[in-house]
Amino acid sequence: MSITYVNDDGYYPSNEEHPRWEHEGYELVVGLEVHVELATRTKLFSSAPNRFGDEPNTNIDPVTLGLPGALPVLNRQAVELAIRLGLALNCTVQKSTFARKNYFYPDMPKAYQISQYDEPINIDGWLDLPDGFRVGVERGHLEEDTGKSTHVGGAGGRIHGSDYSLIDFNRAGVPLVEIVSRPDIRHPEQAKAYVTELRGILVAVGASDAKMEEGSMRVDANVSVRKPGADFNTRCEIKNVNSVRSLGRAIEYEARRQVLLHEAGEPVTQQTRHWDENDGRTHTLRSKEDADDYRYFLEPDLVVVDPGIEWIEAVRAALPVLPSARRAGLAAITGLAANSEAIMVVTDRGHDSFVVDVAKHGGDASITLKHLQQLPEAAGVPAEDVAKLTTMEASGGLTATQAKQVLADMVDAGGGDAEAIATDKGFEAMGNTELESMVDAAIAAQPDAWEKFCAGEGKAMGALVGAIMKASKGQADGKAVTALLNAKKS
Amino acid sequence: MSSMSDQPTTAVDLARNVRDGVAKAVDIVDGYLARIDERDDEINAFNLVLADQARERAAEIDEMVSLGRDPGPLAGVPVGLKDNLCTRGIPTTCSSKILADWKPPYDATVVTRLRDAGAIFVGKTNLDEFAMGSSTENSAFGPTKNPLDTTRVPGGSSGGSAAAVAANFAAVSFGSDTGGSIRQPAALCGVVGVKPTYGAVSRLGLIAFGSSLDQVGPFAHTVRDAAVALETISGHDPGDSTSIQQGPLDLSPTLDLGVAGLRVGRITDLPKGASPDVEERLEAAFDALREAGAEIVDVEMPAFNYGLTAYYLIAPAEASSNLARFDGVRFGMRTPAPDTNSMYTATRTDGFGTEVKRRIMLGTYALSAGYYDAYYGRAQKVRRLIANDFAAAYAKADVLLTPASPTVAFKLGDKASDPLAMYLCDTYTIPSNLTGDPGMSVPFGIGEHGLPVGVQILAPALKDDVMFRAAATLERHMQNHQDQNVSGS
Repeated sequence: MSITYVNDDGYYPSNEEHPRWEHEGYELVVGLEVHVELATRTKLFSSAPNRFGDEPNTNIDPVTLGLPGALPVLNRQAVELAIRLGLALNCTVQKSTFARKNYFYPDMPKAYQISQYDEPINIDGWLDLPDGFRVGVERGHLEEDTGKSTHVGGAGGRIHGSDYSLIDFNRAGVPLVEIVSRPDIRHPEQAKAYVTELRGILVAVGASDAKMEEGSMRVDANVSVRKPGADFNTRCEIKNVNSVRSLGRAIEYEARRQVLLHEAGEPVTQQTRHWDENDGRTHTLRSKEDADDYRYFLEPDLVVVDPGIEWIEAVRAALPVLPSARRAGLAAITGLAANSEAIMVVTDRGHDSFVVDVAKHGGDASITLKHLQQLPEAAGVPAEDVAKLTTMEASGGLTATQAKQVLADMVDAGGGDAEAIATDKGFEAMGNTELESMVDAAIAAQPDAWEKFCAGEGKAMGALVGAIMKASKGQADGKAVTALLNAKKS
Repeated sequence: MSSMSDQPTTAVDLARNVRDGVAKAVDIVDGYLARIDERDDEINAFNLVLADQARERAAEIDEMVSLGRDPGPLAGVPVGLKDNLCTRGIPTTCSSKILADWKPPYDATVVTRLRDAGAIFVGKTNLDEFAMGSSTENSAFGPTKNPLDTTRVPGGSSGGSAAAVAANFAAVSFGSDTGGSIRQPAALCGVVGVKPTYGAVSRLGLIAFGSSLDQVGPFAHTVRDAAVALETISGHDPGDSTSIQQGPLDLSPTLDLGVAGLRVGRITDLPKGASPDVEERLEAAFDALREAGAEIVDVEMPAFNYGLTAYYLIAPAEASSNLARFDGVRFGMRTPAPDTNSMYTATRTDGFGTEVKRRIMLGTYALSAGYYDAYYGRAQKVRRLIANDFAAAYAKADVLLTPASPTVAFKLGDKASDPLAMYLCDTYTIPSNLTGDPGMSVPFGIGEHGLPVGVQILAPALKDDVMFRAAATLERHMQNHQDQNVSGS
């Protein structure tokens, strides 16, 4: 749905410190509308199953097909999941109503969609990106999904000019929450981070599997550009963006297209535009003049949804720890930045709790994190075993390379005693004297490389390190080698 | 006009006889089917007569009785169902070409409850297409005629159901009332007709016209039959979100309580337009209730008069949305065309009648961007004003009395070409649809042309029982004063 925004730039003052996309003196303004399919057992208004990938037209019933006399009954689980994700997005959960959005389309069985209009269940929240940039969430409302049309023949899979169309009503009536952000986003990377973070939250709270490729999470971007500080310009809505990467590309393309128009003195007209993955461009789908008059009115077949404070608070109390808090937890015990790649990757995989476990067993959190980033399977090893391993590595008893090999053995064996494995493999921490003689030998053997290294050609270091590693049969600690080489250079 | 002397057997008596083994359901059903066979070619009360199913079901009921099992409170009672109530595997047409061949895969909740109570469905009754009209002339399958005078209309939209009871083709029948579609035809056919409190009866399986206004209710020969019929179909249905969370209405035990001490409201600023014979019978009704111990009080309801206008924005608005699903894609009629949009247009042009199209246009307009506030939005405000009026009136009175219809049954064709004249038929019935309060029409004597006059009793939401007490009192008065119940005009 489209929202009329007031010019509320600067809504979150701390956002000022973050990088902004800029081109020819224009800045970018983006708001995102994200539809997510809720992971309920049944549909929003009927007991037909909500299941992806089944035979077409098997998960249907009179309500799904909009047969005469059928009536909707609201799914309690859908309301609960909507509340859960609303609370996770810091929204106010309020008394809400449903309206009918009227338009004709073959995959819209009743010729109206039941959707929350002027009284949505979730309003006025926000989502913090990992780097601290805050994006306002205007609303998160419940609505039903449409069926899925396949247009056969004709050009581009469009209904126009096709030979015939097939409709699968399995998706019709599947519960959706549409999450509408405020137009706070100022960089394509922020848009990507927003969607990634939102996805993490949705999965964490169990509201949705949020798979863009399966369509259980669909992102539309409202894009405009303006001179910094000026009023918002006319925006275009970009549809058919099927991955986070495409989202960034589509916004970037669209912003540049609009800058060109502004610079040429041509008007940007309000349009819905279709992102084409193949040519990397957006194309006109329909203009504002073609937009339907949806004739919204209160859905008379349903009553007010008033979850009540007790239910809301019970849902809040049962909320799991969200990804941002989990990342903050890792940052606190590893000393790394919460948005560092290692923390992001490990948290996204859900392995952050393993790092915490290892730390509880006296292990080294940051070393654990580093290993988990490279070897996700290590999360299956008993935490106390990994704790012992990281303690050995931290105290210099094992080099990083050796520790990695020991850990790999643990993964294969489902655990084991680090010390015993290391002894078995004949690992002992290499003394500095021994290492230094190997470094000297490598310098002597490759004077050219040494000279280049000293002259500042970083690439030359690789040859020296490689020789040392070879001489040590991989037992030398890479960091120690680098440190020695640098020390000798100066 | 048929003789009033051969009193039809009441549903209550029929069921008692069947349950007691005094009468066989198969014999009862044969008698009703014979009357239908004899006279429905002329009346056209039914779109479909379910002779075989009815006989089969009657035999089952008789078997249950012989096995000592209780077939239910409506055992063996022949029942007519308005053809906008879904019946599994049986055509449900709304008297529209667009649904002429449609067979629902499910029963309406009302239908299930009636079947479980032992009722026997003798047929699907005619209506104004999609329940839009006040004469049953807007049917794709031809008009229904008033059994009391076949040159006249039975009223509408549930004209088939009213006529079926009046002609004794069914002991009880069911209709739907969106703006008076039960009460007005009941008045014109001289039978009892009830629109219960909104939400007292499930709408699941009733093909929607105006969802916030529609309510299913009974037609019957007597107030007691209507009470039993309504008790059977009422009570919470989890399949209808607007269904009230309570058990069936409890009406029968209160019918004999009388009206002593009851305050009966007379609306002093009631919209004019009722003919003198109707006015006269209304006065007689006030007198009868006063005689029975009620107190008559004056109430003012300035917004009552705006009900009609508000209704003709709200009901068409909801209808324009409810009827959008008849698009030729998944069920019902389809007129082939080269592309989807022209298929929609062709199907709906061919499938809907004039009045239905008129209301779809009206409703679409009332909801359109730029007109919403002036029409639909304002109508909703008027709706609240009317509700305020009713609340104030019910602070002074327990029930209100008005005419059910401004006139007795009018001639076929009289108003068919004048939609506004037709809409005025529902002046007195519409406001209680807007508020969701109950209303019913009780025959109260004879007016012009020897035709029956109905008096409407209105009551606050969920006070259906009080309304029935007043109705039973008027009915008793009729029985005790047979000779005086003719309008002097």
